Amino acid sequence: MTSTSSPINDVLESLLGRFGPLTTSTFRGQTRVVVQPDALFEVLSFLKDSGFDLLVDVTSVDYLEYRGAPHRYGMVYLLASTETGQRLTLRVFLDDPNPCVPSVVSLWEGANWLEREVWDLFGIRFEGHPDLRRLVMPEEFTAHPLRKDYPMQGRGERHNFPIITRDHS
Amino acid sequence: MTKPWIEGRFEENMILTTVEQAMNWARQSSIWPMTFGLACCAIEMMAAGASRYDLDRFGAGAFRASPRQADLMIVAGTVTYKMASRVRRLYNMMPDPKFVIAMGACTTGGGPYFKWGYHVVKGVDLVVPVDVYVPGCPPRPESLLEGLMRIQDKIQGQKIAKRTGGFGKVDDELPVPHHSGYVTVPDDSMLVFDHQKVNP
Repeated sequence: MTSTSSPINDVLESLLGRFGPLTTSTFRGQTRVVVQPDALFEVLSFLKDSGFDLLVDVTSVDYLEYRGAPHRYGMVYLLASTETGQRLTLRVFLDDPNPCVPSVVSLWEGANWLEREVWDLFGIRFEGHPDLRRLVMPEEFTAHPLRKDYPMQGRGERHNFPIITRDHS
Repeated sequence: MTKPWIEGRFEENMILTTVEQAMNWARQSSIWPMTFGLACCAIEMMAAGASRYDLDRFGAGAFRASPRQADLMIVAGTVTYKMASRVRRLYNMMPDPKFVIAMGACTTGGGPYFKWGYHVVKGVDLVVPVDVYVPGCPPRPESLLEGLMRIQDKIQGQKIAKRTGGFGKVDDELPVPHHSGYVTVPDDSMLVFDHQKVNP
């Protein structure tokens, strides 16, 4: 499937006509659009109205010490259309003091846990999220372990913990 | 270990036993595990419960969906820190006497996450008391059956009455396994198989 014959161009043209020049690229038939954090919610709501009704995934990448990366975090929104089967990737780049994007739970209910996972592992805040708690790490955990500056030693080795025997269980 | 001092002393058609031995026999023949799998070890546990390896031969095939009805917790898989409190809660909900098998490398000591894992408990014995460790990544079903038989040995060594003073530690001591693979051959008898030759 080449990009010229892909029917996603209609959506892209209307998107560019509405929101001005956005950075788009195509790799192996998959289209990627980079938007600014301010325009993210409007772009996603516009894309949902124009047919991309399925939010496949919300995830993030930490570009700390990545060669040539101008920003630290890259949010990834994977969209799909259940009618036409088209797919679209949205990227938002964030930087370190208070990385924050608007929550899209009001558009897709399924974004609730996806955004909680990103908050848990990357520490990216989602403004307007109804219940931004940790999802996969325990409640008392304080760090965001998928950040590249998280220490590799983790929580220590086995000799740091007492072993429970049946006598004091 | 309970010595069978009265069992089988008389001829056939006559059964003599003690209450202790009868209870231990009943207990070790109906160890009901809890339906509880965390990772890839659970696949091997399912294989051990299925018809080829058939955990039900040892009376342990009734996987209970409730910890209230279970005697044995087979911790099969990687225990994360978030899961650790749940494992502990399930253990507390089980009625006594209860036993724990730590199945696989992750539950015995952290496994591949031993050194660098930020999310894995470095052995489930930091969470619940473990009776039998089954090594492997994941263990074969035969290994799990062996672990189950060690649990049975442990149950067989339990005593009803606790003796105070005198003999020291005799209560709930893990007995010598009755099928460790070691074969004692009397000197004056014929060898049955070649592998029983101890001093050729």
